This record gives sequence, structure tokens and C-alpha cells, in this order.
Amino acid sequence: MKRKSLSQAKLDDLAGHLFIAPQFIGFLFFVAIPIFAVIIFSFQDRNLLTGTWEWIGFDNYSFMFTKDPYFYKVVRNSLVFSFGLIIMNVSLALFLALILVQNKKGMVFFRTLFFSPVVTSTVAWVLVWSFMLQSDQGTINQFLKLIGIQGPSWLGSTGWAMFSVIFIRVIKNVGLNMIILIAALKDVPHDLVEAARVDGANTLQCIRKIVIPMIAPTILLVIIITLIGSMNVFDHIMLLTAGGPSNSTLVLAYYVYYQAFLTNEIGYASALAVVLFLVVLGLTFLQWNMRKKWVYYEQ
Amino acid sequence: MNNSQKLPRLLPKWFRSFLLYLGLLLLAIPFLFPFWWMATSSFKTYKEIFAYPPTLLPESWHFENFITAFTYQPFARQYLNSLYISLTVTAGVLVISSLSGYAFARIKFKGRNFFFILLLSSLMMPPEVTIIPNYLIMNLLGWTKSHIPLIIIPILGSGGVFATFMMRQFFITLPKDMEDAAKIDGLGWWGIFWKIGLPLARAPLAAVAIITFLNSWNSFLEPLIYLSDPKKYTIPLALTGYIDAYGAPMWSVQMAATTLSVLPVLIFFILAQQQVVESFAMSSVKG
Repeated sequence: MKRKSLSQAKLDDLAGHLFIAPQFIGFLFFVAIPIFAVIIFSFQDRNLLTGTWEWIGFDNYSFMFTKDPYFYKVVRNSLVFSFGLIIMNVSLALFLALILVQNKKGMVFFRTLFFSPVVTSTVAWVLVWSFMLQSDQGTINQFLKLIGIQGPSWLGSTGWAMFSVIFIRVIKNVGLNMIILIAALKDVPHDLVEAARVDGANTLQCIRKIVIPMIAPTILLVIIITLIGSMNVFDHIMLLTAGGPSNSTLVLAYYVYYQAFLTNEIGYASALAVVLFLVVLGLTFLQWNMRKKWVYYEQ
Repeated sequence: MNNSQKLPRLLPKWFRSFLLYLGLLLLAIPFLFPFWWMATSSFKTYKEIFAYPPTLLPESWHFENFITAFTYQPFARQYLNSLYISLTVTAGVLVISSLSGYAFARIKFKGRNFFFILLLSSLMMPPEVTIIPNYLIMNLLGWTKSHIPLIIIPILGSGGVFATFMMRQFFITLPKDMEDAAKIDGLGWWGIFWKIGLPLARAPLAAVAIITFLNSWNSFLEPLIYLSDPKKYTIPLALTGYIDAYGAPMWSVQMAATTLSVLPVLIFFILAQQQVVESFAMSSVKG
């Protein structure tokens, strides 16, 4: 009996390793080694086109933090983008979820409607918006002109470009957070809200004092997922503004691409990628810990 | 407190419903209007899309834009490229993620937590982090300018990790007795996985398939970096290629091509909305 259970443990090891082997080998070649390589490259002066390289120690990092005229602008823009996105996305998602969770006619129809940009390709979505947001003859400004408003250059002025990018992205993705929040709202016990109502609380008070605290863990999770997702904005920036005007929408993910594939400085781009990597890694583990604590009960 | 509660009651019920639906319709404009504008613009002449006042429907319906979309670029070919790449990626991710998701959920093997945390670290990694070395590796192997990187990196790289997590979260919920019974019947792990685990996993497999297909169908950065021949382009890259000799976008043609690319996905979404919405919710909360 003892020998059998021992061999069972060995069989488990073997089966487990075989089952995860394809993914793990892939992970090794396309994630682990590349991340290792990116860290190595970040200590080199390396050019994509010529293929030449040399060791330069921490020069890329010291250039980044002390000399690069764009880096702090990139950090600032990335923060503005992420926070603006989170505030607009999560508050709109919560607002929609609170309305659409009701058991009324047509709510499912509206859920579908608000979700439909989520399945649409970012490129298609962004192309249509950039078509509509052109400064002189763009659709939106033409409609504004009908009611006597002179619209700004939405994507071409430093004051509006970042807002426009965030807005387009929020409309594209808010449906996903809305769905997650609707699911959480459905789990709020009905009698709790009913009891408060009997005590004379109005709808707004019920929402503020009971519903929001009950779904707070989900809201926090949604905020972190949105934050991590906001690091990955390449398509929007590339096709709407290409980082402009005057670098006012230059954010980290796009800046990595810009340094690597437009100026061919892959050594410096790697140092930027390492920064991006560390930020996302930290946030991923934060999210995982929170999920373990609050949202999911596992094993 | 009572006053504020009574205030809305002053309005008749039908009027409150009316306000609710009116508000929702107004809110829906930025979500719906882009689709409307995209579809109608593709039937307009170049002159009409910039006409003032703007027209909500084309004055006369023009189909030339759709024909130009196919003659200006090999759009049919690009469509097929996207289709076969997305299908291949989906199949690959299904195989790999169901296997490893099953192992992480059900099999107690050495180093399970270690491997799991390693994978976890790349769960939400933006592709920009690894794009430089991946490009160099593909270049070294002579696979740039081909579809190979667009197929193998999403299957084997961090793109498929979310799928493993989704599968794991599902397999964890299966009762253990089923396995024990199967073991007594003499089934090994492969048999249990193939005959018991997998047939029960239709829902998460469908969810993984939907998300993976859409991710691949919509991906832009990788094709942009790897491809240079329009015949090899995928749809998202092709859509950005309707540019005239002076570098200005050919808007009406571009909108026609965009409509053609969005339409099948939207139709599928409308037909299977419940399934699609649940898949997305699963992938972001569970996976």
C-alpha cells in the first residue's frame, strides 16, 4: 500500500509536469527569456537597424531620470491618463450598473447596447472616432455648429487631446466594468435594502450607506483591473494622436514603441520597458492578493 | 428625510419611467452613434461625408466605396489572413490552457505553486514589455514578415495565460469524488482529464474561445511591427492603410472597410450576447 501511494505521488508529478509543459516551455521562450533579455538590453546601447551594441551600465537609467526631456512628461501624462480613465470609467460604470440592475423592461437591451463597443476592435472604434473628431469638418463639430457652438480641435489641441483619448477609451470599455458591477449588485441581500427603506431611507441614502459599502471589494477590484489595463493603451494613442500634440498624450506604452521602432534605440526602449514591467508586476500582485482576500474564496 | 422620499413620488409613475428611458437613450448616443456614422458614411460620397449640415442618412446610396475597399488593397486576402490566424490561435490556446489549467486545479505536483506564481506574473503584462526581444528572436529565426509570430506568440506567450486562469478557476469547482471514482475504475490523469474534466468544461472553453478569437482578430501592435507586405496584413492593420497618394485618409472607403470588419463580430455578439458578456466577465474577474 505504501509503495503504491509513493508511486502515485510520482505519477502525479509526472502528469502535472507533462500537462503544463507546453505552456511552460512557451512561457520560457516568449515571456521569461524576453523579460530577462529586456533587463540585459537596458544596460546596453543597442540599435535596432545596425544591430550594434555595447555595455553602458546604468547610463540608460540615468539618462531617463536626469536628461531625457520627455520622460517626466511621459510619467505625468501616464498618471493623468490612468487616473482620468479610472475616475470616468468606474463612476460611469457604477452609475449604469445601478440603473440597469433593476428589474425593468428594456434593461437587458441597454446592457447589450452599452457593452457592444467592448467586442468591437479598438482599431475600428478609434478610426471612426478620429473621423468624427476632426477639427474643421469633423462630424461632432458639424453637429455642434448646428446648435451654434464652435467645437475645439478635439485631438489637435493640447487642452483637449488627452481628454478626448480618455473619453473614447471609456466609452469603448465601460461596458465591461458595468457588467462586473451588475453581478456584484445582484448579490447585495434584498432584505437589507428593504429594512433600510422601512426605516425611512431614500434611494440615494440606501445606495450610499448600504449598497456601495457592500460592493466595495468589487469596486476596488474593478479600479485595479482598469488601472492595469490603462498601461496598455498603444492602439488608442498610436491612431488618435501618435503622442501629440506637443507630446501631450505621450504615455509610457507608446513611448516604449516610439523609442524602439521609430528611433531604433532598443537599449533605451528596454530600460523604459523595464519600468513598465515593474509597475504592472506590482499592480498584478496587489490585485491577486486583494482577490484572494475579498472576492474569491478558493480551496 | 420623508420629504426627499416623497419628492419623486409627486411625479406620476409613467413620467418617471419616461425620464428613465429618455436618460438612457441620451446616454446611449456616444455608444451607438459611432456605429451609425460608420455604417452610413460608407454609403456616402467623399463630398457628402463632410457636407454641412451633416446628413444622418446618405442622400443617395453609393456602393462604390465597398468595391474600392477591395480593389485598393487585397482586402479579401487580408480578411482571410485574419480569419485563419485567429482560428489557429484560438485552437492552440484552447489545447494549452485546458491542459495546464486542469493540472493547476486538480493535480498535486511538485512545484505547482512556483509555476503558478511565475505564470501569474505575466497575467496582465502589456505586450510592449516583451515586444523588443520577441522581435529580435523572430528576426533571428527569419520569421518576421510572416504570420508565424502572430500565431505562436499569442498561443505560447503571456496572451494565453488568462485562459489558463479561467480554466483553472473552473476545474477547481469540480467535486473530488468524481476523480476518485474514475481512479478506482483505473483511469489515469489523461483519462480523467479527457473523459471527465473536459466534457464538463464546455462553458469555460467557449468563453476562452470567444475572448481569444476577439483578441487575435483585433490585435494591432504585433501585425504593425512584424508585417510590411499588404498581402500579409490582418484586418486592423489593413484598415489603417486606406490612405491616398498625399497621405490623407480615404474616409468613405475606410469606413466601408471598417463596417465590413465590424459587422460579423457585432452580428455574432447580438446572437450570442449572453454567452459573450459572461465570457468577458469571467475573463476579467476570474481569470
